[in-house]
Amino acid sequence: MAVKKWFAIRKTLQPQARMAVSVTSFLLPLLIWSLVSYVPFLWHPKVEVVTPGDVSYFTEGMLVDRPLFEKEKQTVIEAGGVTPRGVRANPIYLPAPHEVVTAFYTAFTTEPKRRSEKWLHESLWESVQVIFWGFLLSSLIGVPLGILAGTYDFFSRLFEPFIEFFRYLPAPAFGALAVAILGIHHAPKIAIIFIGTFFQQVLVIANTTRQLDPALLEAAQTLGAKNRALLFRVVVPGILPELYRDMRILLGWAWTYLIVAELIGSSSGITWFITQQARYKNFENVFAAIVMIGIIGLATDMIMAWCGRRLFPWQQQAGGAGK
Amino acid sequence: MTSKPKLPDYLLMQSSTVKDRFERLKQRPVTLEVNNLVKVFDTPQGDVTALQAINFTVHRREFVCVVGASGCGKSTLVRILAGLETPSAGTIRLNGAAVEGPGPDRGMVFQGYTLFPWLTVKQNVMFGLRCTGHSRYTAEQDALQWIDLVGLNRFADSYPHQLSGGMKQRVAIARALANQPKVLLMDEPFGALDAQTRARMQAYLLEIWQNIDITVVFITHDLDEAVYLADRILVLKANPGEVQEMIEVPVPHPRTPAQFLSAEFLATKRRLEELIHPPVTVTEDADRLNMVRMVAVDDAVGSVF
Ligand SMILES: Nc1ncnc2c1ncn2[C@@H]1O[C@H](COP(=O)(O)OP(=O)(O)OP(=O)(O)O)[C@@H](O)[C@H]1O
Ligand SMILES: [Mg+2]
Repeated sequence: MAVKKWFAIRKTLQPQARMAVSVTSFLLPLLIWSLVSYVPFLWHPKVEVVTPGDVSYFTEGMLVDRPLFEKEKQTVIEAGGVTPRGVRANPIYLPAPHEVVTAFYTAFTTEPKRRSEKWLHESLWESVQVIFWGFLLSSLIGVPLGILAGTYDFFSRLFEPFIEFFRYLPAPAFGALAVAILGIHHAPKIAIIFIGTFFQQVLVIANTTRQLDPALLEAAQTLGAKNRALLFRVVVPGILPELYRDMRILLGWAWTYLIVAELIGSSSGITWFITQQARYKNFENVFAAIVMIGIIGLATDMIMAWCGRRLFPWQQQAGGAGK
Repeated sequence: MTSKPKLPDYLLMQSSTVKDRFERLKQRPVTLEVNNLVKVFDTPQGDVTALQAINFTVHRREFVCVVGASGCGKSTLVRILAGLETPSAGTIRLNGAAVEGPGPDRGMVFQGYTLFPWLTVKQNVMFGLRCTGHSRYTAEQDALQWIDLVGLNRFADSYPHQLSGGMKQRVAIARALANQPKVLLMDEPFGALDAQTRARMQAYLLEIWQNIDITVVFITHDLDEAVYLADRILVLKANPGEVQEMIEVPVPHPRTPAQFLSAEFLATKRRLEELIHPPVTVTEDADRLNMVRMVAVDDAVGSVF
């Protein structure tokens, strides 16, 4: 009985149950991470040297593979020297949750190593700007083209075959070209976000436009609406909620192009921060930065969803058209 | 039209007042004139002749219902009249001028309401007025009058999804009428409504029709509805769609639900039934399912009788 309640096909769970499951969706990976980090015998393939003893090349705090540590220890014991001591540890690239949580704060407060380098918040701001401009430019052109292609077969035939072809070309492949044309600053990075977003955008929006209930267009025609009025008074408002939803999804895709885009030319933004911290082996900072990208993305999406509910009051009951 | 060996009963029953009214009706100017209309659909399975040589005329302020078996081309006919489909041959004249493509002079009400979900009731009714070049202010004033006429002033600022089916259809009617079209085309507009709401909507429609200058072409498969509303009923025959008969309804005006049981009403309805569902010649067994008993003999409810 209880199982049935939790696994009813296409039925919404009780509000508290929904909330609980949503929280679990985050808690579950966190739990696994914590187990691997804090329960020593689960994984911990390394040993952190506490006292080097008589092993010549061991230093305090050094991480060595467990078999190697055992072998050296054995050798020292057989030679009758001072035995090294160590505790089991995870590889450096897997920091524990509490370290990452601390890094969330310290990453912002640590001064950059060199003067020319940027603070974390500056790096983040750079990334947000690259995404913003890339997505804005893409949308300014892509949305109108998508709506035209979805409305007029002429434009559909004119744009879509080429775009279908172009969207298979990986955006990062244009990196070198973008740098050659646009220099090494933000411009080529924005271009990569643009290329990654634009072609999908036209196709997705054209498709959304085609979903508009044709009966609405017919009704408008019998009311005297002609070409331009049909486009601007029926097609555009008619698809607006779906268009908005598409934009939310597309913005998510744009974020996934960010890292590649920022590696182009002189690396910048959050990617620069990540590579830099990885070089210093501050992996807790790397994780913190990655999680920050996730949080910014998710927060933007949730804010947009919230705005959407206010922008489109007629959407309260799904599928209002024609019903 | 087919030759008539004897005058059908419903014509014999026309009282002299009704006869007079039809005489006067036929003196009125012709609003809609359909000449040799043919529609052939080009489908992957070959050509489908939906309509074959349709001819009829509708006079000013007349109420014509179109009935016929399912698939006989009623929707196709009204969509061609609205300009949403192009005829394969033949002409349609509205007040003497040939029509081409959809236009505000022919309003249409669809079975599926087709209100714009992003507009409020008032904005929906204003839509046509704004498209035909009225200023926002006059459009709004006009719209409010029409909304008042269909009794929805309390809902002027509601969105369509907040309305019941009957209310939505009243908005759709107000929206079509606000443009002051010459002809109002309605394709099974009340088909999705429950019986009570439908009866109320029919009464509304008759009242609106009596009070404004509008010619109505109304499609329905409900024969009661056709007889109750129509001056004349156009009966279509299926495969291919042809005009089978144009019935002059002998039920006197003004119409009330009390007339549903009058002799004229029943005779007209009987005639329609004959035309649409010709007497079946196959044996009655053909209408029964080939069922075997699927309930256990010792079941607690062994028989439903
Ligand atoms: N777009 C189309 N393409 C091909 N055939 C069509 C098309 N529209 C209608 N038809 C055909 O034309 C015929 C008449 O269809 P129509 O929809 O006008 O019938 P109807 O009288 O309105 O039926 P109903 O009472 O079920 O609404 C049918 O045989 C149908 O299959
Ligand atoms: Mg139909």
